[in-house]
Amino acid sequence: MSRRGKFIAGGLVIVAAIAYLIWAGVSQSVVYFVTPTELLAAPVPSKTYRLGGLVMPGSLKWEPKSLDLSFTLSDGKSSVPVKHKGAPPDLFAEGRGAVVEGAWTRDGYFKASLILAKHSEEYKAPHDGADPGYKELMKSLRGEGR
Amino acid sequence: MIPELGYGATVAALALALWGAFATATGGRTGRLDLLRSGERAAIAVWILITACIALMLYAFLTFDFSVRYVAFNTNRGTPFYYRVTALWGALEGSIILWSWMLSIYTLIVVVQYRRRQPELYPWVLSVMLGILAFFLLIMTVPAPPFERLQPIPPDGRGLNPLLEDSGMITHPVALYLGFTGFTVPYAFAMAALIVGRTGEEWITITRRWTIIAWYFLSLGLLIGGWWSYHVLGWGGYWAWDPVENSAFMPWLTATAFLHSVMIQERRRMLKLWNLSLIILTFGLTLFGTFLTRSGIIGSVHAFTQGAIGVFFLAFLALVLVGSFALLASRMERLRGQGELDSVVSRESAFLLNNLLLVAATFTVFFGTVFPLLSEAMRGVKVSVGAPFFNLVNIPIFLGLLFLMGVGPLIAWRRASADNLRRNFLKPVLAGIVAAAAFSLLGVGNAIVLIALGLVVFVAGTIVLDYVRAVRTRRRSGDGWGAATWGLLRRQNRRYGGFVVHLGILVIALGVAGSQAWSIETETTLAKGQSVELGGYRVRFDGLEASEESNHFKVTGAFTMTNGGRAPAMLHPARKFYPQEQTPIAAVDYRLGLMKDVYLVLGDFARDGSQATVKLKINWMVSWLWIGGLVLTLGGALAILPERRRLA
Repeated sequence: MSRRGKFIAGGLVIVAAIAYLIWAGVSQSVVYFVTPTELLAAPVPSKTYRLGGLVMPGSLKWEPKSLDLSFTLSDGKSSVPVKHKGAPPDLFAEGRGAVVEGAWTRDGYFKASLILAKHSEEYKAPHDGADPGYKELMKSLRGEGR
Repeated sequence: MIPELGYGATVAALALALWGAFATATGGRTGRLDLLRSGERAAIAVWILITACIALMLYAFLTFDFSVRYVAFNTNRGTPFYYRVTALWGALEGSIILWSWMLSIYTLIVVVQYRRRQPELYPWVLSVMLGILAFFLLIMTVPAPPFERLQPIPPDGRGLNPLLEDSGMITHPVALYLGFTGFTVPYAFAMAALIVGRTGEEWITITRRWTIIAWYFLSLGLLIGGWWSYHVLGWGGYWAWDPVENSAFMPWLTATAFLHSVMIQERRRMLKLWNLSLIILTFGLTLFGTFLTRSGIIGSVHAFTQGAIGVFFLAFLALVLVGSFALLASRMERLRGQGELDSVVSRESAFLLNNLLLVAATFTVFFGTVFPLLSEAMRGVKVSVGAPFFNLVNIPIFLGLLFLMGVGPLIAWRRASADNLRRNFLKPVLAGIVAAAAFSLLGVGNAIVLIALGLVVFVAGTIVLDYVRAVRTRRRSGDGWGAATWGLLRRQNRRYGGFVVHLGILVIALGVAGSQAWSIETETTLAKGQSVELGGYRVRFDGLEASEESNHFKVTGAFTMTNGGRAPAMLHPARKFYPQEQTPIAAVDYRLGLMKDVYLVLGDFARDGSQATVKLKINWMVSWLWIGGLVLTLGGALAILPERRRLA
């Protein structure tokens, strides 16, 4: 093989390896983002999802002793009970949007391993920020943070 | 008054920047010096006007002038003095002023440095820089005017984002923006060289210098960002593959690629086309990053304000990429390399491979960042690819880069003989294998960590080998070790500055490997007097205390940490309640150590102070990141210094 050929072949092998890495990476770690309605339409137990919705007022229960956190996420049409082990994170509250990562269980609730709460750069005065509403919520859920 | 003055200055600066860009370009084309001088004066006037904008905004912040919308939205009467200064760049509009200001300073430096030294390239460099500056001034005029008036004037402002009340706020954005805007200079020189058709050697020297400077600031910005994330955000990590982090990391990767491949061009006159493409790509990625983070199309913890600004950036990015690559294509003939690759086993191929891997890393980061967007646009399905994707794909790439870091600097140019390989690599390879085996026997079970450890020792071995040889050579002429080392650093500051940067990367690599492999955490609720134990540390909850600060209310926990027989230490994590926020913000407390950090976050607590939920983390080797970062920036500074020609 000529020198040029060797370089091109070597380059192609590396490019192919990286393409494979990306393909494998995506297929292993892609997480679907669903709303409560979409999740309940076709729940697949123990598959990882990101579930986004509004934390229903009155649904938040927090047991400091056992670190059991439970709440209901709603998109206005359907609601999904969520359970999590750990204290509620910063920026997480009733009436606010949240995204949780976890899986649906056969016992009929969503077991969250991670809670992502969102905040915005500009801070709203308390009176006009008390009820973000669904429109605001869906806007803030379009993308998810960490 | 301030809104009108500020807006007037912005519009005047925009007009002058446009005129300057036009005048210098025409001056460069026709050789008319009067036009060039006029454009030059315009550049100076633009700098003065933007400086005036900064001064006006600062004045508005310091005097609580809430008639300026930006001031009213980012500060209130309780905001402490220094955060009123940093609030200047606390949000979108102010960041753009700072950005433009830095760009105008870089433009001024170009005027001072190159008007006599580079008479041919200079008019075009200035024209390109003023053109880009005009774009940012356009942003300040139309989609994101910082001096917008607020009616009616509110009695008090909304306050600064509490997370931005941190000393990192002074340095992190400034360093990051200096890096981002700094890449404009090499880009402008690349464009000027293409326009004039002088793709010879001098532009590459200037471009390399400026790329190192921008790279230096960007590295600093990324590192301070990691530190900020670690000690402010309270999740115990320093890097989350967040879109905002990624968009600063991508130009860093391509700039790093350029800094290596430029050496092949200098030495072998090859890869001209490739190097120009990397410069364009790096500059394009800074624009893309700004577009990504500021347009709001991708969610992020940084959660910047959304707005029409995205469209402007996208249009400008398209213009820059299409224009630059079209120019590049039209000059293709001149860019053919003069050298040829001689052998697969040579320094050239090591550097080529390094470039391939760095660009591949850039692409994977890019792909992972925009994949959710692509998926939603093409299939209508919302997905996310988080840290697992980036780690999975990038760990092999970065291990490969680590290996090349040892090979590249020592392998022979053109064709490495078996003797060259044995002389340079036999000992370091053996050292790496022995080290990996030793750590394996010591009980390190994680294969990736073992490989990383072995590679780090291998690379460190090559650096030590090279250093010892070089010092020995110098010692023959009678220098002592210290004088010889100093001589190397000073006389061959590029090569040894590079080695110091590599050492910094090695230390960072160890920090990343160690912290990923060994960090542990626990979460629990403690009653007063109760303790939690983790990794040999014992933390006791002693009580809560509330206090009122100038702009927030604070609940501080008192904890006593003991570790074996050592003196107990007090930890005071807190939760801050800002009136403009509905939920509290955690303020972590930590004890940094060389090997282990103790990191304590106060979570929920009982109102009577009888119990508190805490998250306790023992983070391994995170300090190595900051130490490595310090070493890296020292090496970068060394490499920036002008090279002293050897007298002998």
